[in-house]
Amino acid sequence: MVRPGTGAGPGSQPHILPWLRVSQDSDRPPLSLESEKDQTGGVGATTYQGAKLALLAAELSALLGPNAVITDRQRLRTYECDGLAQHRVVPGLVALPESAEQIAAVVRACAAQSVPFVARGSGTGLSGGALPHTEGVLIVTSRMRRILEVDPANERAIVEPGVINLDVTKAAEPYGWYFAPDPSSQQVCSVGGNVAENSGGAHCLKYGFTTHHVLGVEVVTPDGELVWLGGTTRDVPGYDLLGTFIGSEGTLGIATKIVVRLTRAPESVRCLLAAFPGVDEAGAAVSAIIADGVTPAAIEMMDALAIEAAEAAVACGYPEGAGAVLIVELDGPAAEVEHTFAAVRRHCTAAGAFEIRVARDADERARFWKGRKSAFAAVGRISPDYIVQDGVIPRTVLPDVLRRITELSAGTGVRVANVFHAGDGNLHPLVLFDEAKPGEAQAAEEVSGAILDLCISYGGSITGEHGVGVDKACHMPRMFSTDDLDTMQRLRRAFDPAGICNPGKVFPTPRLCGEVPGKRKGVHPLQAAGLAEQF
Amino acid sequence: MATSTLGGLRLACADVAEATASDNVDEVAARWVAWPRSTEEVSAVLRAAAGLGLRVVARGTGTRLTWGLPPTGLDLIVDLSRMDAILAHTAGDLVVTVQAGVRMVDLQDALAVHRQRLALDGSDTLGGTVGGTIATAASGPLRYRYGSVRDLLIGITVVLADGTIARAGGTVVKNVAGYDLCKIYAGSLGTLGVVTEAVWRLHPLPESRRWITATTEDAAQAAAAIAAVRASQHDPTALEADRPAPDRAVTVGIAVEGVTGGIDARADAVGNLLGAAAGLSATVAEHPPDWWGQPLPAPHATVTCEPTGLADLLTNAPGRLRGSAGAGALTCGLRDDDQLGTELAQLREVAWRHRGNAVLRCAAPHRKAGLDAWGPVPALTLMRRLKDQFDPDHRLAPGRFVGGI
Repeated sequence: MVRPGTGAGPGSQPHILPWLRVSQDSDRPPLSLESEKDQTGGVGATTYQGAKLALLAAELSALLGPNAVITDRQRLRTYECDGLAQHRVVPGLVALPESAEQIAAVVRACAAQSVPFVARGSGTGLSGGALPHTEGVLIVTSRMRRILEVDPANERAIVEPGVINLDVTKAAEPYGWYFAPDPSSQQVCSVGGNVAENSGGAHCLKYGFTTHHVLGVEVVTPDGELVWLGGTTRDVPGYDLLGTFIGSEGTLGIATKIVVRLTRAPESVRCLLAAFPGVDEAGAAVSAIIADGVTPAAIEMMDALAIEAAEAAVACGYPEGAGAVLIVELDGPAAEVEHTFAAVRRHCTAAGAFEIRVARDADERARFWKGRKSAFAAVGRISPDYIVQDGVIPRTVLPDVLRRITELSAGTGVRVANVFHAGDGNLHPLVLFDEAKPGEAQAAEEVSGAILDLCISYGGSITGEHGVGVDKACHMPRMFSTDDLDTMQRLRRAFDPAGICNPGKVFPTPRLCGEVPGKRKGVHPLQAAGLAEQF
Repeated sequence: MATSTLGGLRLACADVAEATASDNVDEVAARWVAWPRSTEEVSAVLRAAAGLGLRVVARGTGTRLTWGLPPTGLDLIVDLSRMDAILAHTAGDLVVTVQAGVRMVDLQDALAVHRQRLALDGSDTLGGTVGGTIATAASGPLRYRYGSVRDLLIGITVVLADGTIARAGGTVVKNVAGYDLCKIYAGSLGTLGVVTEAVWRLHPLPESRRWITATTEDAAQAAAAIAAVRASQHDPTALEADRPAPDRAVTVGIAVEGVTGGIDARADAVGNLLGAAAGLSATVAEHPPDWWGQPLPAPHATVTCEPTGLADLLTNAPGRLRGSAGAGALTCGLRDDDQLGTELAQLREVAWRHRGNAVLRCAAPHRKAGLDAWGPVPALTLMRRLKDQFDPDHRLAPGRFVGGI
């Protein structure tokens, strides 16, 4: 057992339950507004809001130290967007706390002044969930990256919210365990962000989402209280507030410590790449595999245009002439996987696969995945601009929906490359356009929106993993009734009666829904830097 | 007065009658029972009940109405047994939509035809309805691998105290649109609304199963066996323990499931591990042991602990102990006399040593009276605020839940 750091989350004192040990108000350092006032130069105090922020900046500097508060306009701009770069708002202030108590203090200060706040981890979100508030405080958790405890015997780790997803697995790997949620940005995204978005990843078909891998979180509520939701064991009494907090996109509070479950590394991992004449045959193979009672760890599909882009970008060497490829990965006990893998091969052949490659080792497996993982960025090679969509449909209507997307594309002349998690019906159509050509951007946006409408009409969802954020808030009324949304607001009010915690996200607002939906232009900076790949 | 209330309710729902003693909830008498047939009818009933200020308890088969605490008052029972339709099941999607009054055993039978299941087992779960299973968050041995209600419920339709019909989640497994309200209904004992429909994620029925069991007088040895299996790569579906009494031997039971071709090799591997890691002699069978998934009689408590606390729990829990040792969530039988509170405290002390807790799940009302059934409840303030938002007049199952909710 490793226990780096001190104050390792819940329960290091015997006989005291974790949820009874949270910091009290008495931990707050005293305020000294006057002496710090001159450090707020970057915030213009010419308006009432500006004056309020200037005072708040002074207060936060006193609480956190001057190096933990950013007020300089140029530096603030660093934080103006998350992974969805077309929405940009310069935050009023940025705070960089180093502890749960500091986050609580910042939130209390915001609550006292009715100033909105937004939490941000690594800023890799794809729906603008961490888009700052121009008159609010952006609370960035990047200085909270301690792994407080790795405890394989109890199958868990306790981490701070800024800890990078992959670092949890790296810490657990020597013991034979890992953290299952593996969003494609896992080299840079934070566990706090995973909690906010209920992140999945390529392997969630078998292993589920973040909500299935978190036992407890310490959170700062929107009124600045530190409380535990869940704990380190199952079935903590009361409502499952933990479950509803995970995936609430930062609107119910800020996670300050996270108890994650670790998963035992499987004995055997087998991966194949199957090439089909077209998406119909590949879709039939997926249906046959599922109908046979096999639950692969992942089933990914790419269509001809997505393959073309991936070849252009990373020369992944997929079989020539493929109208669609499937990557199927199985894991588990060797005695089980040996049989189910043979069944998967049979189903691919029976459905019309003209070539099947089986990864002989980890390197070859990585090569199979390379084309798939690079697909989003690769589209930049065949189109100057593109929109990444994220919709979900029931698996069984996959052929119908793909046909409808093809028709949409043919009817409008807008090219659509399809990349998706076929096992759970999560589509990522890439809608291609050239902003330099008049009318193309508008046409692409219409096709992108029409695809979401298709997903809804087939009983699916407007987002499988990227979240609603600001990007899809205006689509929520197409999926949910007014009563449904009002009921969700009741939950929000229970946590945040003052409406200061990441306001303007998830739910439609008149201001937001007057704006034009977004598109992606070029490659995301993180991608360009080789830090992240987007699925 | 009573007649006019009945008249008001009959305007909302065709089937309303005066309650009898058999309708008592945990010995608390009700005045009326309504049997709605649709979500809209439940909504009409709850709107009428709101207008009349009636306190409401929802009921399925009524098998677990003694879980939690008795309601502090009760006027109307909303019986969902006539809402027993399986609304949609597309086998290829591994998703089913059902009304809340569907009996779990009927649902499992219908799914089994398609070689599928809802991965919630245990005979007390099977005996109840979908709605009751959600309200109580009941689970069985399969929870080690598949989790509990919270992990499998992907969509929900509820009627709030004021009659509002609300849906959350959806009919696809992967979905992050909006708040996941399914979670707050799992285990809420009817205090936030009446669940009328549920959408579940399903799993394929395995081709073959084996149960590996071993019995030992030494609790530490049993815990070591469980720990060894958890740390192995054998991927068991369930990891159970059964200890009939404090001074009796512990039986460890492990289920493995999968394709026929691999099952015997996997079962033997688990058996060998029990021998190598804990010195136990294991038996492999094609059927579960007779205690598998069987509920303990009342009174009993649920008890949780961290995995490393299992030996302590198996040694020091006061009564019969049974449940998912692998998940660290078990049940413990307690004495049905005035020593109940003492035993509960004793159990809690063990659980607290391992960051867990013990909750008195069911007992006769006079035994529950004056006891702290729940132990410490974190974030109770937020829970009260949630209740105030969803049921501001506190008319839904009042007093049955934590902190008097």
